[in-house]
Amino acid sequence: MIRKTVLGAALALFAASAAFVVTEAEAATTSAAVLKHYAELAHAKYEDSLTTAQTLDKAVNALIAKPSEETLKAAKDAWIAARVPYQQTEVYRFGNPIVDDWEGKVNAWPLDEGLIDYVDASYGTESDENALYTANVIANPKIKVNGKTLNLSKFDAKTLRSLNEAGEIEANVATGYHVIEFLLWGQDLNGTGPGAGKRPYTDYDKANCTNGHCDRRAEYLKAASALLVSDLKDMVVAWAPKGKAAKNVQANSKKGLTAILTGMGSLSYGELAGERMKLGLLLHDPEEEHDCFSDNTYNSHLNDAIGIKSAYTGEYTRVDGTKMTGPSLSELVAATDKALDTEMLGKLDATLTAMNAMADRAKKVEAYDQMIGEGNKEGNAVVQKAIDGLIDQSKSVERVIASLKLGKVELEGSDSLDNPDAVFK
Amino acid sequence: MRKPKSFVFLLPLLSGALLLTPLMAIGGDALFPNTRTDLNPKDQKRVESVTRPTTDFSKPEPFETMSGGAATSRADVNGDAFSHFSANITFEEEGTFKLGNALFTKLWVSAPSSTQASDGLGPLFNARACQSCHLKDGRGHPPEGGADATSMFLRLARPARTDNEREAIADYRKLNFPDATYGEQLQDLAVPGLAAEGRMKISYEEIPVKLGDGEIVNLRKPTYSVADLGYGAMEGDVTLSPRIAPPMIGMGLIQAIHDADILRLADPEDKDGDGISGKPAMVRDHKTGELKLGRFGFKAQNASVRDQSSSAFAGDLGISTPDNPFDHGDCTKAEAACLAMPTGVQERLGPVEAPDPVLPLVTFYSENLAVPARRDIADKTVLKGKELFYQSGCTACHAPKFVTSRDAGNKAHVFQLIWPYSDFLLHDMGEGLADNQPVGVATGSEWRTQPLWGIGLTETVNAHTFFLHDGRARNLTEAVLWHGGEAQKARDAFAALSRQDRAALVKFLESL
Repeated sequence: MIRKTVLGAALALFAASAAFVVTEAEAATTSAAVLKHYAELAHAKYEDSLTTAQTLDKAVNALIAKPSEETLKAAKDAWIAARVPYQQTEVYRFGNPIVDDWEGKVNAWPLDEGLIDYVDASYGTESDENALYTANVIANPKIKVNGKTLNLSKFDAKTLRSLNEAGEIEANVATGYHVIEFLLWGQDLNGTGPGAGKRPYTDYDKANCTNGHCDRRAEYLKAASALLVSDLKDMVVAWAPKGKAAKNVQANSKKGLTAILTGMGSLSYGELAGERMKLGLLLHDPEEEHDCFSDNTYNSHLNDAIGIKSAYTGEYTRVDGTKMTGPSLSELVAATDKALDTEMLGKLDATLTAMNAMADRAKKVEAYDQMIGEGNKEGNAVVQKAIDGLIDQSKSVERVIASLKLGKVELEGSDSLDNPDAVFK
Repeated sequence: MRKPKSFVFLLPLLSGALLLTPLMAIGGDALFPNTRTDLNPKDQKRVESVTRPTTDFSKPEPFETMSGGAATSRADVNGDAFSHFSANITFEEEGTFKLGNALFTKLWVSAPSSTQASDGLGPLFNARACQSCHLKDGRGHPPEGGADATSMFLRLARPARTDNEREAIADYRKLNFPDATYGEQLQDLAVPGLAAEGRMKISYEEIPVKLGDGEIVNLRKPTYSVADLGYGAMEGDVTLSPRIAPPMIGMGLIQAIHDADILRLADPEDKDGDGISGKPAMVRDHKTGELKLGRFGFKAQNASVRDQSSSAFAGDLGISTPDNPFDHGDCTKAEAACLAMPTGVQERLGPVEAPDPVLPLVTFYSENLAVPARRDIADKTVLKGKELFYQSGCTACHAPKFVTSRDAGNKAHVFQLIWPYSDFLLHDMGEGLADNQPVGVATGSEWRTQPLWGIGLTETVNAHTFFLHDGRARNLTEAVLWHGGEAQKARDAFAALSRQDRAALVKFLESL
């Protein structure tokens, strides 16, 4: 109960202004160093996300110029490689408003793919929720959104943006990694059986076009991959030494450290363990899979977990193999509570072990969507173990918040107008 | 919760007396105390002092930014402004919230289906997912440009016809009675192989209204009817009540307001002669049958978020839950084809289509959609508008603030100073807004005061500004001008303001 209160206060602190007093003058310099390095790692991770997305963009060019099994496979490989650094950045969500505000453009999920391209008959033809459920904009250059006509005769950054969340439906995702994934793999129609999406390369072959509108499909794919590159550039700029996000997180050490820990805790528990993993197990629904077209979900989850650890240890291995290290939250915690630091590191490792076991099973035995299938006791247990690890580590994150005294915000009885964000207690 | 259990048994005996003086029981006896039972004298004083209406409009009040207390969301203002979780919940609760969110957006499918845990839709339904109507967790809208009616539907009901029925209403066992064929609401969609019930039709008539300074504002007066009835005629005394999906924010906090704080504002006989009555909606808890204070829905017909949620699962989606285990949704005996359709119950998963933990997860989610922080509270025009809002008498029903109970079920909702701008009581809103459909103690012209928090972000979240129970108002000015009955005086005060002052009042509303 106490932990709860402390955490509540810590999260409220997020909002709270400069009225509180930083008590550890000595720790403040260390905190500043930790935050500086945290921002440097973000910059490196987004840079790696950008360069791998640029590689993907080139592979997309090659696929469109000369569609073949080889160019399609090269584009798919480039997509999978691009997901590695990007998923490791996800721990920068939740704590950093600039990232949260931007994230939906590149990683929105789940999506109603019928908005974009042809789908199998089993997908159904209508959804009252989403009038654009099977709009198929690749085949239909003009669609109606809430009575207004949207002209999509050309696919570019502007038209794709206008299509995103059309009709206020969040599943109308028109941009980002998962759109590109769908355009490369196609629907995974195997349910909880083996196999990913099987889009033929001839979907991009203007001479021997399958499924129609190959030119428009290519134009859409190119626009989406170019937009991904441009969106990632924005984040690289934001985390550069004088960038907005970097400055923001370093402006106040308590708020900054809270941002790191909020990202770790929220990604562990609510986002990953909850929405992305537990729900699929609960419903045994193969659609409840993060990278559902490519069957790359295990990698996506694993790299999230690597990112969470990295936010604590300050270590990151770049795409080119360079190892980055620096002042870390781990050192900060160890300075006051060695045992707690050991506990936190142990929990992060336990999760990674469970995640690696899951990844191993995905490579050797069965895909993630099969693991969550009903009656698959062994597969379910492997996923559950990773969930348990994530939940367990978020409890230690709460203890770290308490140990760094981030929760000790004294607002009791405050009615000062200097602190308009105060809450009555 | 704090009600003596014995009352449940006494109730049938008392029902006759309740019929004669239905409000005595809530006037101040032990059943619903007039004073708070959760506070020590010191806290009681603090609460009284902090919730006293302000008289100083030269600057913002303390704590005013945080409309939902410590649960308020401070996230960047954008289209997701209504979709954040209470800021003061734990990581664990965040997990529960996210699972609830996933179920809230989940598309239910018709039975039988390969995804057995998510089938059971309908057979008659208005939507396939909660989110279909609660777009971005915000406000629904009437159909525009010939689109379908999603995010709005017609509730069907008739008044009591016999003494038995009247008695059932008098002791709160029934709110009203469904149409013998179409049930409690008109479902405009059905699973494959089954006819839908019909289509809602709306026609609007423009009515010019002249304001004090000579400006003309057009109000659009809607008329509702039903076309393409799939199962024969509707009963003659059944009325149609159109409802848009209301915003989802702050409901756990509303649930945490102490009964006494709402009842204190009630004045059903208008004893103070201010022209404002305020009638508490007494309803029964769906599971226990306990008599409770209704506070959710346009007629305050539900006492808890859970009851509101299970009703929506049953009526809107046609999905059975442990609280509402009928698997055929709103099918009636007269709709034999509907009753003959397969259900989505999987014995090994549980006896209903949405077994636990679906309902508790969606309930937790609904209780923890955070109220966004205020913007521009120190702006001069906003403060001027706030003063005019108070002076015009709006706060007589749109009660600005409460401090929630220390006994609230969720820690995040305990003892928070909140600013919903509603008294959660029923008021006669005049002929213009009347749907002529009685619901429990609410007559056909009475509506629950709608909370105003978040109203200024409607356009940001939902890209429209349609207000009131059926979205007839196209902006806030029109919404105010539709107020009649007990609100007539306040509406007239607004109409008499100068253009500039009206704009200031609207700007205040937009800062909520």
